[in-house]
Amino acid sequence: MNRPQPLLAIDELHVTLPFKGQPRTVIQRVDLTVPAGSAVGLVGESGSGKSMTARAVLRLLPGGARTGGKILFDGADVTTMSPAALRKLRIHDVAMIFQDPRAHINPVRTIGDFLTEALVTTRGVRPRAAEATVTALLREVGIADAARRLRQRPSELSGGLLQRVMIAAALAAEPRLLLADEPTTALDVTTQAEVMAIIDEARAERGLAMLFITHDLALAAAVCDRIAVMYAGSVVEELPADRLHDGARHPYTRALLASRPAPGSGGSLRAIPGRPLPAYETGPGCAFGTRCSQAQEVCGAERPLPRSGGGGTTACHFPVDPLVPQATTGAGDRSTTHG
Amino acid sequence: MIWRFIARRTAMLVVTVLVASIVIYGALFIAPGDPATLLVGGGKPPSPRVIEEIHRQYHLDDPFVQSYWRWLTGMLHGDAGQSLSYRDSVTHLITDRMGNTLFLVAYAALLIILPGVALGTLAALRGGLGENLITVVTTTLMAVPTFVISVLLIWWLSVRWGWFPAYGSGVGFAGRIEHLTLPALALAASWLAYVAQVTQAAVRAELASEHVETARSRGIPERFVLRKHVLRNAAGPIFSVSGVAVAGLIAGASIVEQAFGVNGIGALLIQSAAKQDLAVVQTLALITVVVFVAVNTLVDVVTAALDHRVSLEAGA
Repeated sequence: MNRPQPLLAIDELHVTLPFKGQPRTVIQRVDLTVPAGSAVGLVGESGSGKSMTARAVLRLLPGGARTGGKILFDGADVTTMSPAALRKLRIHDVAMIFQDPRAHINPVRTIGDFLTEALVTTRGVRPRAAEATVTALLREVGIADAARRLRQRPSELSGGLLQRVMIAAALAAEPRLLLADEPTTALDVTTQAEVMAIIDEARAERGLAMLFITHDLALAAAVCDRIAVMYAGSVVEELPADRLHDGARHPYTRALLASRPAPGSGGSLRAIPGRPLPAYETGPGCAFGTRCSQAQEVCGAERPLPRSGGGGTTACHFPVDPLVPQATTGAGDRSTTHG
Repeated sequence: MIWRFIARRTAMLVVTVLVASIVIYGALFIAPGDPATLLVGGGKPPSPRVIEEIHRQYHLDDPFVQSYWRWLTGMLHGDAGQSLSYRDSVTHLITDRMGNTLFLVAYAALLIILPGVALGTLAALRGGLGENLITVVTTTLMAVPTFVISVLLIWWLSVRWGWFPAYGSGVGFAGRIEHLTLPALALAASWLAYVAQVTQAAVRAELASEHVETARSRGIPERFVLRKHVLRNAAGPIFSVSGVAVAGLIAGASIVEQAFGVNGIGALLIQSAAKQDLAVVQTLALITVVVFVAVNTLVDVVTAALDHRVSLEAGA
């Protein structure tokens, strides 16, 4: 256990939000580490708690949220940090790229105001110097006529351009960790690739760590070093990105992989039977138990804890052994479990 | 883009005022009988000699379009004719009283907008008990009719405690402040709730908005978030409702001026209406329309300047 301390270490994170006066669990258990300079993909279906996890890192949770466990950034616990330390964390260390730039950039102020505001109000940079900084950053993210764009307002820019502005704003903070919350989901397919390339390049150049939230498994595997899969408010599996396709051990991960359309195969899409559960609807057992093809009695009674194995961790009572050849993997194939 | 918007709004203003002026002048002829009797005012039938004089003076025997045009150009040159019941020019009657009314309306507007925005923002930020208290108090004030508030204020602050005079307009700035505080309070009371509640709703919506989350995620100090994001973005609706409130104050000034004996154009309107002095009533009606429309136009233009999306939408 003499490894260097990771930049971000989330340890047994549990979050509840008040709902009609009662606390309701939205994150059951998240264990996650992001080493300095590396990228970790957080994948899962909508409502699995991915965005909430990222917001918890910056303590941006809605009012009344209660947090358990630890979120250590560079050794300091974000959940118990003083307001001054939290502000310092937000200003200097962690920057967030939000999913929908059109909603997340103030619509009535200019792009220039948005970009320079943080530098001017939090670091005391002179407006003129801040403008020079952000102009250079806009060029870096591929906006050629930066000077003109600074005078424009969000409604005059396309979604792709606005997301580049958001990335430039995040980079302007010179953070050590980037939280990217589905940064390409709101964009059309052609701009998605461009924006992803810009993030990847800026990250590599600066040696930034990144927590990349997405529901796109292939994209996560392509840009990240490690992948964490979330289901119903828990991380169910964590493994190196290059082992995702043939090294996944959790039945949910395998089912997700199997339900992706294969290009050119023309076959019908496979879906995981049942519906994804929110964290507060899960019983005492495994959250995925009700949909799992391998589920046994213990799965409904006892929640599996994350256990290491095969280069990652899996929270499953009966993790699949990827070395054992299997006829098919994933959804609805109960007969092939131990083939 | 904004200039085209302003030009269009100004054109609309002119058209509205023109239509209103036709209606106002036409009112002379809608009433049964000789319009000259209306212009003389008073209750008793005037002598034929006076009627004849009025006909000559007001060109009532000309075709409607011609006499209307003469009346309108007279108005534009500041000549609104003579008031027979006051035996004075209408222009003089109004300019004499205009200052008091403007002072009263401006004072009341201040008493509405500053506390309204402050209370609304506070309610949205704090929530809970303070919010309920603010809502109850402002809504109660809204529900009480202006003349009741006037009487209560006179009885309480003037008669019982003797803080403010109950009657008159005062001279000079200090004198006016002293005399017009109670009328302004009475006038402001019913509009405070509108501004407070619109502010509260707008501030609450902005506080929950995504762009405010972004600003907070960047560590921008809360006072900047409040000023540059929350209040800045809520300014549109706040300004709109304030404009409506000010326009409403102009109309509401009559009751308060009458109740507190303020020598303003609102009281003049009531008195000349009672004396059936149509020349004065017409002019005041036209002025009210002009001010009302001008305030609304100003509000629209400022709202568009605050949020450029408004002028873009309206330009479509």
